[in-house]
Amino acid sequence: MEELQSLAHGFVIALSWKNLALMFTGIILGVIIGVLPGLGGANGVAILLPLTFGMAQLPGGTTSAIILLSCIYWGALFGGAITSILFNIPGEPWSVATTFDGYPMAQQGKPGEALTAAFTSSFVGALIAVIVITFLSPIVARFALEFGPPEYFSVYLLTFCAFIGMSKEPPFKTLAAMMLGFALAAVGTDPVTGALRMTFGTTHLLTGFDFLIAVIGLFGIGEILLTLEEGLAFKGGRARLNLKVVLETWKELPKYWLTSIRSSVVGCFMGIVPGGATPASFMSYGVARRFSKDGDKFGTGKIEGVVAPETAAHAAGTAALLPMITLGVPGSPTAAVLLGGLLIWGLQPGPLLFVEQKEFVWGLIASMYLGNIAGLIVVLTCVPLFAAILRVPFSVIAPIIMVICAIGAYTVHNSMFDVWMMVVFGVAGYVFKKLQYPLAPMVLAIVLGDRAEAAFRQAMLGSAGDLSVLFSNALVGSLTSLALLLLFWPLISLVWSRIRRASA
Amino acid sequence: MSEGPPGGGSGRVALRQKSAEILVAALFFCLGAVVVYDSVRLGFRWADDGPQAGYFPFYIGLVICIASLVNLGVALAARQDRDKVFVQVGQIKLVLAVLVPTAVYAALIKPIGLYEASVLFVAYFMRWLGKYAWWKIAAVAVGNSLFFLVIFELWFQIPLPKSAVAEWVAATLRWVAAALRPIVNAVLSVF
Repeated sequence: MEELQSLAHGFVIALSWKNLALMFTGIILGVIIGVLPGLGGANGVAILLPLTFGMAQLPGGTTSAIILLSCIYWGALFGGAITSILFNIPGEPWSVATTFDGYPMAQQGKPGEALTAAFTSSFVGALIAVIVITFLSPIVARFALEFGPPEYFSVYLLTFCAFIGMSKEPPFKTLAAMMLGFALAAVGTDPVTGALRMTFGTTHLLTGFDFLIAVIGLFGIGEILLTLEEGLAFKGGRARLNLKVVLETWKELPKYWLTSIRSSVVGCFMGIVPGGATPASFMSYGVARRFSKDGDKFGTGKIEGVVAPETAAHAAGTAALLPMITLGVPGSPTAAVLLGGLLIWGLQPGPLLFVEQKEFVWGLIASMYLGNIAGLIVVLTCVPLFAAILRVPFSVIAPIIMVICAIGAYTVHNSMFDVWMMVVFGVAGYVFKKLQYPLAPMVLAIVLGDRAEAAFRQAMLGSAGDLSVLFSNALVGSLTSLALLLLFWPLISLVWSRIRRASA
Repeated sequence: MSEGPPGGGSGRVALRQKSAEILVAALFFCLGAVVVYDSVRLGFRWADDGPQAGYFPFYIGLVICIASLVNLGVALAARQDRDKVFVQVGQIKLVLAVLVPTAVYAALIKPIGLYEASVLFVAYFMRWLGKYAWWKIAAVAVGNSLFFLVIFELWFQIPLPKSAVAEWVAATLRWVAAALRPIVNAVLSVF
């Protein structure tokens, strides 16, 4: 029960007035970010990251900074549900599945029930994921202390192969987008030999492409351009949430405990294996429909159809931090941005965090418990306020978001070149989104490119260029095999369905 | 390698899905080729001290080329009659009407300052898309820039590119804040 002791110490850190204030600030900012088009978890955190540079230099400041940023993430996860249910506009990709039953419920005059169900199940999903993190992450970290370069490279390989095997997008497009991310990460000075790669004589590219700029452009500007093209009208019901509705819904929710548990398991699994919150929510919705007694009524406003995707999305979003803090491999784009933050603040993500930065790690884990309670309180009490933000006309809110993106891009390195790159990435994001080139693996590749390459080179140095080092022991061998299985999963499932059809 | 929109269709289609797919796949191929080219220049083999600088990127570039060739093949094989529209003329006009001003905005940040450029940018948007009255536009545009000035220059003390005017406003606000501090402290000490 060493974990509980560390956790108790974490609560002491997280419960300071300053950190509690940051928690609520983060949640409120996060919900606003989640509600607004063009701002989401990943680029919201990316834009606000430069503001924490100063904060992180104070003693204990890195813990405060990660609490602020992770609470923005929780807030964004909560916020996505508001727009899906009230306006049928998923503010975040992982709340698309929430619209299936949430919006019909709002149409039938039950927006309060739908919102309460969504927020409560988000909370439950996150809580289960945090409990998993509390007890699993020290074990994973202890295990990972033994990792050498081949093991690390095989973990990276597994991460990226999982994207190809699990994404809805065509596998070769996923591959192309991902490799483009790796190529962008390789631009600039080679960390080992010092050679200049793909800079073509310009000094701007010496330090390479910063993933924060890519995130702000791809997710921020790209999203605005898409929203613009789809038309600008927001039509939707008003939010009414009073205590009576909340209590009545809470009385009804325990009936769906099995759905909650099933969705939490799906969510935690998909978050740790980098599938991400979005597929988790769809998968959990599908599973709930198959197992439910009245599954054929799904899509007409069943409360279960809100519980399932919301629980899974929030569980996955939270669980995505487990590989981030234990292995330094983020499970989602937002976790990737948080990882980038850790690196900028001078922390080395990975198993050593649990040894060298105990206060940071357990402060963060404790803040996940508290942050989600704070989040539940904030969203339940302030829904009308957040819904009102969506009534601000797009022609006012869009330029302000663009200005925020530009400032965010500029402040990363105080460079105008970055603002230009942001615009370029914005156009790329718009085109990629329309042609189903996935952005998440590309962003993860930009973040992890250098580390994956370093692990690969060290592994190759150790084995004098022999690729069989990736199968040299049971651990690395099974990781690599699993990675290859996931890589060829689209092919395997295709062959499998052919065989089944042929035999049928 | 690129293919223009096939003629004969309605004038409302700016770019067909198929053409866009082909265009982007070709672009990916070119990028992959650039990566391979530069990696070969750096050396992608083994030297005495281990892998050369281009060792890892070489294979990355190679995979980009292969993947984009597959994507290109899939796009070319797509049936013409099931062709979907990538973007309509009206849509692309709307997107460009935002993209071009954004580029102008980015270009203006350095010469006239970020806060002033933001005023113009917000004003343009509200006038062109929203058709608001001028006094509303002025209030929102100037208010927005003032808000960010307070946040960045005063609170977080992160300097953004700014003109003499913004510098003067920031200095004045800083002076007012300094003057107000003893008063606020005095009021707070009463409680």
